[in-house]
Amino acid sequence: MKHAKTATQNACKLCNPLGACLAFRGIENCVPFLHGSQGCATYIRRYLISHYKEPIDIASSNFHEESAVFGGSHNLKIGLKNVSDQYKPKVIGVATTCLSETIGDDVPGILREYKKEFKNGTPMPILIHASTPSYQGSHIDGFHAAVRATVKTLAEKGEEQSLINLFPNMVSPADLRYLKEIFADFQAPLMLLPDYSQTMDGGPWGEYHRIPPGGTPASAIVSAGSASASIEFGSTLEASKSAAGYLEEAFDVPRYHLSLPIGIKESDKFFSLLETLTGRPRPEKYEDERRRLIDAYADGHKYVFEKKVILYGEEDLVVAMTAFLTEIGMTPVLCASGGKSGLLKKRIKELIPNMEELDIKVREGVDFVDIEDEAKVLKPDFLIGNSKGYTMSRKNKIPLLRLGFPIHDRFGGQRMHHLGYRGTQELFDRIVNTVIEQRQNASSIGYTYM
Amino acid sequence: MEQITILEGRQKQIFEKKKGVAQPDIACDTSSLSGSVSQRACVFCGSRVVLYPIADAIHVVHGPIGCAAYTWDIRGAVSSGPELHRLSFSTDLQEMDVIYGGEKKLYHSLIELIEQYKPKAAFIYSTCIVGLIGDDIEAVCKKVAKESGIPVLPVHSEGFKGTKKDGYKAACHALMKLIGTGSTEEISKYSINILGEFNLAGEAWIIRKYYEKMGIEVVATLTGDGRIDAVRRAHGATLNVVQCSGSMTWLAKEMEEKYGIPYIRVSYFGIEDMSKSLYDVAKYFPDRPEIMEAAKAVVSEEVKSLYPSLQKFKKALTGKKAAIYVGGAFKTFSLIKALRSIGMSVVLAGSQTGNKDDYARLKEMCDEGTVIVDDSNPVELSKFILEKEADLLIGGVKERPIAFKLGIGFCDHNHERKIPLAGFVGMYNFALEVYQSVMSPVWQFAPRKGGTL
Repeated sequence: MKHAKTATQNACKLCNPLGACLAFRGIENCVPFLHGSQGCATYIRRYLISHYKEPIDIASSNFHEESAVFGGSHNLKIGLKNVSDQYKPKVIGVATTCLSETIGDDVPGILREYKKEFKNGTPMPILIHASTPSYQGSHIDGFHAAVRATVKTLAEKGEEQSLINLFPNMVSPADLRYLKEIFADFQAPLMLLPDYSQTMDGGPWGEYHRIPPGGTPASAIVSAGSASASIEFGSTLEASKSAAGYLEEAFDVPRYHLSLPIGIKESDKFFSLLETLTGRPRPEKYEDERRRLIDAYADGHKYVFEKKVILYGEEDLVVAMTAFLTEIGMTPVLCASGGKSGLLKKRIKELIPNMEELDIKVREGVDFVDIEDEAKVLKPDFLIGNSKGYTMSRKNKIPLLRLGFPIHDRFGGQRMHHLGYRGTQELFDRIVNTVIEQRQNASSIGYTYM
Repeated sequence: MEQITILEGRQKQIFEKKKGVAQPDIACDTSSLSGSVSQRACVFCGSRVVLYPIADAIHVVHGPIGCAAYTWDIRGAVSSGPELHRLSFSTDLQEMDVIYGGEKKLYHSLIELIEQYKPKAAFIYSTCIVGLIGDDIEAVCKKVAKESGIPVLPVHSEGFKGTKKDGYKAACHALMKLIGTGSTEEISKYSINILGEFNLAGEAWIIRKYYEKMGIEVVATLTGDGRIDAVRRAHGATLNVVQCSGSMTWLAKEMEEKYGIPYIRVSYFGIEDMSKSLYDVAKYFPDRPEIMEAAKAVVSEEVKSLYPSLQKFKKALTGKKAAIYVGGAFKTFSLIKALRSIGMSVVLAGSQTGNKDDYARLKEMCDEGTVIVDDSNPVELSKFILEKEADLLIGGVKERPIAFKLGIGFCDHNHERKIPLAGFVGMYNFALEVYQSVMSPVWQFAPRKGGTL
């Protein structure tokens, strides 16, 4: 069958503004605001809700025909005013859409005007603007654009502090909580951005919160400019597009760039860096976690050795998972992403220098139909990625191990660990169990010990 | 509780039914305010919802990736055959396309997709920026239709050009182009089209079976388990039976004008409305009294088995209070009646897309003290839910976490459903779901019930 190549079929990416909305949710008292049509906010809310199971308010400037013809300035200002009155936010994170970008609204200019025109009355929120046209990049670019814009708007130079900035990338609320725990155990002051560990995975409410409790306070982000260091996860995230990159350039805060710490080697790098930056040894608790993980690797190694996997998702996650899989003897026969940083292959090759020899393929800018075509040829033992791979998993009878975002067809995606020894342990257990379950189901005997 | 302010300009979209107080008409049919967190969507969403279940056509979204990604396989609309509707196709416009235009990309996408999937038709949805960059969708569609020999139908659904209702209309407009192009030979005089039924969790099959038992031929279901060839023949039916007033009334009116097919409005939710929708169709064919006889037989048989099973739920649920916030107003009417039949009262009723008449009727139906809202938002909904001490919220995906955060039960009444709620069997499922959620012991820990925060 001849395959259509021009259209994107079953996309393996989401649009730019989605990432920005999620990032803005990690700032305390902040309302994400989309400058565009009503539908963008509604679709993105729905998409995020199905994963996080939390209410998420995203305001919209709600373009009409006149706004498209005469510019969205009026709508944006009225929208900001309404959100300020009703939500009383400390921060409004304005992200653009394909519509406002195409008509060429000068959002920074409109925000300046707004501040002048509405300076009396309600306290003026901090206005952050991230440019996130949906016709460029994907959701992960919007995420980083929003984090960088936040730091750019708020960070100031001050007396140097022992503070460490951590830009963790698009990770789960559980991961964010784990990172905070690590820093607390190192007794290291932390500026974590974004921090949606509570806003996207919180407790019950006695009354409706327009803005859920939690998130990084604006005041903490101000001091990012005087931190002693920034740590940034994400091997394909370039300094020119990142928050830590900006802080290094503007305020000489050194940027330490790491891959997402998944697997023992990458987690070791992270913990070693923390030891260097804080001058303290890693707490015994993490040594224990690491020991248990090495022990588990030994217990489970035969199940996973030379298993073939197709990995897909955001490029940084794919690279990080590749590092982990190679250290447990699994082969990522295809490393695929809907993103197009141009760096994916380079990073994979750094991890697996003889990748060509091992027939490891790397593909950027693919959709799920492309991945499925590859799967038919590569015949992997399983797929690892977000829940959108379920369709091809079912059709081709290849088990799917769900991680990352979104997970729309299973419970608890927001509480899943990926990072550090703890996250790796969880992933390893799940991978081994996937293999065991498969074998058990396939067995005609029905062993009760596997 | 902290005072919640209603956004200026929204007061007219809310009111509480009170005795002896002259009340103005509710304001509706308006666009959402800038800066309000509306539960509504956009024009594109309206079109996509209506055409989504047509399973032997490809649905191609012309625009950047988001609109297609967020609508990929999101609905519970099932098909008895082909499943092209569950795939997501996008021209995935990039910056260069925005600058130089996306017509070529659309053309090649369509030609390739049609060759690969061999659909019976293609629907091409315009998104926000398509009009702005000046793509001539009509011309591309015409060209591809000519080359491929299948209908290639543009759907003018630019997100910002109106409300979700305008999207419904754009979708109906595309359907009107198909209707009338098929043969109506051999269609019975005792025939109907089922309009506004999307076959969520197989609901259209349930409804269709009732009508067929009555000796009625169903020509086309628009659009549940939809097929292009059936749509083409729809003008051969004698009567249009319209559910989901929001989306399909326009089409029914057009078909009445163009083909002289009258329509009636029905609802398949709850025993009362479900029975009525069978009787109303039977009444339309008085020259064949056996149709009415058969309708009565269907109702009596179904109710006989359903009624006793509902009593357990009714006993438990009597006195519990519900809030309803769904898309169409017609759905709200049925839900009020269905809830009453299991002992529950309604303390809040609203819709995203109701019109003036709908709200007048809603006002009439509701009890004293019921709050009625048009195009609401989470802040308002929560305020009223807590004030009125509701035990249950009925809504869509976006309302679900609001209910759960506040510690009240929830019933999904949206297009994502996997359990049929229509028909007599649907009433059982509905009562069961309401019962399971309202009566769950987990709410004892909710702050609303004195649990700790």
